[in-house]
Amino acid sequence: MIRLENVTKRYGETTAVQGLSLEVAAGEVCVLIGPSGCGKTTTLRMINRLIEPTSGRIVVNDHDVTEQSPEQLRRGLGYVIQSVGLFPHLTVADNIVTVPRLLGWDRARMEARGTGLLALVGLDPAEYAGKYPRQLSGGEAQRVGVARALAADPPVLLMDEPFGAVDPLTRERLQAEFARIQRELHKTVVFVTHDVDEAIRLADRIAVMRDGRLQQYDTPEEILDHPANKFVHDFMGADRALKRLGRVRVDSVMRADVPVMAEERSADAVAERAACSESRFVYLVDGDHRLEGWFDCRALVSGASAESAITTVDWREVSVHPDTSLKEALSRMLGLGFRSISVVDATGVLLGIVGLADIEETMTDSDAHISMAPVGLGAAGEAEA
Amino acid sequence: MNRRRTGFGVVAVAAVAFGYLVSRQDWWAAALTRLFPSLPQAVFPSATVADLVTQHLQIVGVSSAITLVVGLPLGIWVTRPSGQEFRELVAATVDFGQTFPPVAVLALMMPLLGLGLAPAIVALSLYGLFPVVSNTVAGLEAVPPAVLDAARGMGMGKWRILFTVELPLAARVIMAGIRTSVIINIGTATVAAATGAGGLGSPIYSGINLQNGAWVLEGAVAAALLAILADSVLAQVERAVAPVA
Repeated sequence: MIRLENVTKRYGETTAVQGLSLEVAAGEVCVLIGPSGCGKTTTLRMINRLIEPTSGRIVVNDHDVTEQSPEQLRRGLGYVIQSVGLFPHLTVADNIVTVPRLLGWDRARMEARGTGLLALVGLDPAEYAGKYPRQLSGGEAQRVGVARALAADPPVLLMDEPFGAVDPLTRERLQAEFARIQRELHKTVVFVTHDVDEAIRLADRIAVMRDGRLQQYDTPEEILDHPANKFVHDFMGADRALKRLGRVRVDSVMRADVPVMAEERSADAVAERAACSESRFVYLVDGDHRLEGWFDCRALVSGASAESAITTVDWREVSVHPDTSLKEALSRMLGLGFRSISVVDATGVLLGIVGLADIEETMTDSDAHISMAPVGLGAAGEAEA
Repeated sequence: MNRRRTGFGVVAVAAVAFGYLVSRQDWWAAALTRLFPSLPQAVFPSATVADLVTQHLQIVGVSSAITLVVGLPLGIWVTRPSGQEFRELVAATVDFGQTFPPVAVLALMMPLLGLGLAPAIVALSLYGLFPVVSNTVAGLEAVPPAVLDAARGMGMGKWRILFTVELPLAARVIMAGIRTSVIINIGTATVAAATGAGGLGSPIYSGINLQNGAWVLEGAVAAALLAILADSVLAQVERAVAPVA
């Protein structure tokens, strides 16, 4: 789908990208990662000819990118940048249909497309279509940026640190949204980041770059388990087992058979129900199965009153969503001081729980892989250095 | 939107009132005679205030039009890659154009262009160039680089980017430059009378020569009112072209 053949970019004496060859299969997310100045952004910008390579060839959809004018080419490649770059003088809806307008779509089609895309990126069209960019938060602006890139339904998306400028919580949400949209649309994506966790979470393949050269190009699992050299090993970080959790979604390990109580909220009734439950907690939900709290059976055993064993909560504060990564879930648990955390959908409906033990199990699995990795490289590399 | 319409309404009323005031030659005569009872001829005899204002507007209109036709493309050009090297040169030149006194330009132009309108138009056009060019450059350079990157990255051509992104975003700053230029021009255009181009400078010059304070006042007051009116008209235009604030 996208193929870079021995691409080099030089600026005078300095070489930004050196003999880079890379192939991104259709529907895959390729994340370019490396320290600043490694040539990842230059590489991305050569694909849509914002930068022309000094030598080498870039092929998109079996066509050399130089076959078309840069303008024609770019209209077929969605482009998202860190600073978003929405047009301040246009409404959100007008911003989104920038490329369709260039392509001469009629008004009705553009309007429908704008509405559909706003909904896709999780913004209420009725509320947001008429807003101006300065009325948006950073996260909302980037959602609009993504919608704008998708407007003409390009098969390829080029994303340059798209979530780099938002706060960690928003970034987490945007990553989850992006993963969802990508599962739905199967775009071929080239994604630049310097955030290892982001790369591990979103990539089908990661290209690790350093000083303009490709160090390793493989799946996140392979790169974590078998780093090609000391640089890749060090860059991915020592906590690779933990990082691996970023690849696993909560719903893949969550336990759905949770003891719940919907009605009969009296403490005694709950206690009775709890007595015959095998697990420590019985979860309390409302009529719509929305999480309201839990009952701690251990408190009962230790002789406390049934009332004091009940904890009522706001589900927003103590739960994760099914598409949250295990890494994030673990960090939430540690933050809350829990040994397990409930998984709810967007409306708070309890879907299951994930415990520390479940995560430990996943980690042990990946530890097994990692212990087989050539960590010996580290010692050898250090001796060399 | 409503405030905009109200603003235009107020300005329209002011313009009509100004037009009427200017057409009432009898009011001017009465007022000036009362202020300068000792002068035998308190109102400028050669032309009515209305005629002087009309001449003045012609001088200002033509010279400001030339300033825009030259200044806007010049300001745009030096912010393009092709004109970037000339930026400093152009900035220095228009700067010089404004520091060089218009009266001196008139004097230098007269041997070349003779008397009348031509030397005045040249002097005023040069003099008004500075705010137009510098504000055009400043407005275009204030467009966020990310916006331009996104525009290019989505496949907009350079002309489309200029007309649909850069100029709309720079419109307010550019318009402020035009406004400054025109207002300066209205005041400065009184020197045009020195070459016999007419306008509100005529009673001022004649008044100075013949020691008739009333004529000086007549020209000065009319020019000041005209400047204030033009300023508020252009302020409305400025607000109208600005992207939603």
